[in-house]
Amino acid sequence: MFTRRDFLRTAAATAILMGGPAGLRQAAARQTLSQADLLRFDPLGQVTLLHVTDVHAQLTPIYFREPSINLGVGAVEGKPPHVTGHDFLQMFDIPADSPECYALTSENFVDLARTYGRVGGLDRLATLINAIRAERPDNTLFLDGGDTWQGSYTSLQTRGGDMVRAFNALKTDAMTAHWEFTYGEARVREILDGELDMPFLCGNVLDTLWEEPVFESTQMFERGGVQVAVIGQAFPYTPIANPRHLIPEWSFGIRPETVQEHVDAARAAGAEVVVLLSHNGFDVDRKLASLVSGIDVILTGHTHDALPREVKVGKTLLIASGSHGKFLSRLDLEVTGGQVTDYRYRLIPVFADVITPDPDMARLIAEVRAPYEAECTRVLGKTDDLLYRRGNFNGTFDDLICQALLAERDAEIALSPGFRWGATLLPGQDITIDDVYSMTAITYPNAYRQAMTGEMLKTILEDVADNLFNDDPFYQQGGDMVRVGGLGYSIDIQKPMGSRISDMTLLKTGAPIDPAREYVVAGWASVNEGTEGPPIYDVVSQYIERQGTVSVPENTTIKIRT
Amino acid sequence: MTDARETGGPSRRTILLTIGGTAVAAGLTAVPGLAWADEAAVAEAIKGMVGDMPPESGVTLDLPEIAENGNTVPLSFEVDAPMSGDVYVKDVMVLADGNPSPDVAVFHFTPMSGKAAASTRLRLAGTQNVVAVAQLSDGTAMMGKKQVKVTIGGCGG
Repeated sequence: MFTRRDFLRTAAATAILMGGPAGLRQAAARQTLSQADLLRFDPLGQVTLLHVTDVHAQLTPIYFREPSINLGVGAVEGKPPHVTGHDFLQMFDIPADSPECYALTSENFVDLARTYGRVGGLDRLATLINAIRAERPDNTLFLDGGDTWQGSYTSLQTRGGDMVRAFNALKTDAMTAHWEFTYGEARVREILDGELDMPFLCGNVLDTLWEEPVFESTQMFERGGVQVAVIGQAFPYTPIANPRHLIPEWSFGIRPETVQEHVDAARAAGAEVVVLLSHNGFDVDRKLASLVSGIDVILTGHTHDALPREVKVGKTLLIASGSHGKFLSRLDLEVTGGQVTDYRYRLIPVFADVITPDPDMARLIAEVRAPYEAECTRVLGKTDDLLYRRGNFNGTFDDLICQALLAERDAEIALSPGFRWGATLLPGQDITIDDVYSMTAITYPNAYRQAMTGEMLKTILEDVADNLFNDDPFYQQGGDMVRVGGLGYSIDIQKPMGSRISDMTLLKTGAPIDPAREYVVAGWASVNEGTEGPPIYDVVSQYIERQGTVSVPENTTIKIRT
Repeated sequence: MTDARETGGPSRRTILLTIGGTAVAAGLTAVPGLAWADEAAVAEAIKGMVGDMPPESGVTLDLPEIAENGNTVPLSFEVDAPMSGDVYVKDVMVLADGNPSPDVAVFHFTPMSGKAAASTRLRLAGTQNVVAVAQLSDGTAMMGKKQVKVTIGGCGG
């Protein structure tokens, strides 16, 4: 590990001495934290697994604030990853204001962001991966957990093509998927047939008619003389959380028995190490690990959790590698007599300012962005406040989207999906087209405007709440809670399905929501086919341009009881 | 979407399984109902079939936790019971406590079936419990139960 204390002390002292802008402090920081520090690792055993997941098409460095609220229910209450802020620092013995504090929590985020700078960027990631491969040429497996092809202006324009090229160039050994499917069956097949250089492993996807496998489930690799089986598990609720009409012939599901069959088949075929490359989400994987035997490692994804230490369930190691290219996981495995006998793990934060960009990847990124660069970097306005999305109940960028929906679509109430992806903007930063698309780049973007009864609104809030807070993770389908504008409510996350939401109020008048009255509601990301309305990115861009400078007051409209 | 599986007749899957010899589903009986079902109606139907409420074990129900499409939810069941000699599974009744009628289907088996297992698809009006009750030739009974969520969807991560 690099020396956290020294890094901060030097950086802070320099800042005081110079009293200067963030750039100088970052320069100072560079003197104490180096690429070598990030790569430092005492190699172990025959196999090195490298893992990224949920990159969400972030080619270039960004800011990304981890959630300050990430509640767990039932058996996982208070367990990682349902630990945030100060509690997280204590649990993992991380000093306040250290680089890890910045990378892993939302504590003192704005100050630390100005000190430590941006994170991620595939040219930085390439440098780290290449360095580890150079050190461990015959031992390294680089695996991508999916949600790679979606989440930016360029990925939307190229229908994932830019990310496919970038991850081919990273020599990715295998991937699984979720948002990839939102480009539709034809595009997924086109990419698999002609563009993608790696196995696309989704063992839990069957065709709806015959219930036969659609994709390969397993790929066997030999690394360091060890047979390693990688089994892919796509997001089990893709046709529910995202539009089924885009992939009408494909059926998903957790399918623990199928996973067990694939594990048994891999063992029978000689696998000494079995890895589940999963997009289930952390809590689902934690439960799955207790039901399926013979998995050595689950590389988790979907829920965007970044944990500095592995979580062990029986003999299975669970790894949580964060999102947006902010982290690279390295897990070394020692295998003796067909068994994993030792391991060593490090979650490597990708601090963009201290890593030399890989020139080939930098060139590729410039090339794929070139046709769109002028539009992507077009400045729409500026923000006075920190803009982020991640959190169980609201994010400030979602508050901004709700403001835009209320104003631009002349609605009483706005609904915005609780996606987990999207980069963070610091107070004072310009808002560009890139930034808006980082929050809205989906293939079903139409911003609807329709009448909904109070009863319907309650049903929606209850439905989404159960998808997040059902105490059996296998019944959790969604992202975070749906974001609301113009509407206040209370939520008791411990209550059973259908009875968590109360005190629904129309903020404009302060009146309780009347179950029988119809309200004008604007929203986006409907999974229904044929939804009409302007694309959400246009709605939000227009609103920001009209405002010039946006501000987002503290959201006090949701009362949470735990 | 027009789909033969939604009409309530034997599903292609059932036919497949029948051809494959896994089960002989001699008849699927859809019973029209008048009022919406609830837990009490399901309990009543079970008692009508087997007398007392059987213990919740012995019948494995394979259903998705969350339905992709409430109009056609795949269901498989298997009864953990011998299918030879004197004791065998005679009937398996499938019930749903949130549909217009609790009755979904009754499957009939004989020792020749080899295994009391079958697959079909059912329509679920909303989030509810699906119950399968097996009646054995010796008068004993077993039961499996699973909740299936039918959600409005969206908002996915």
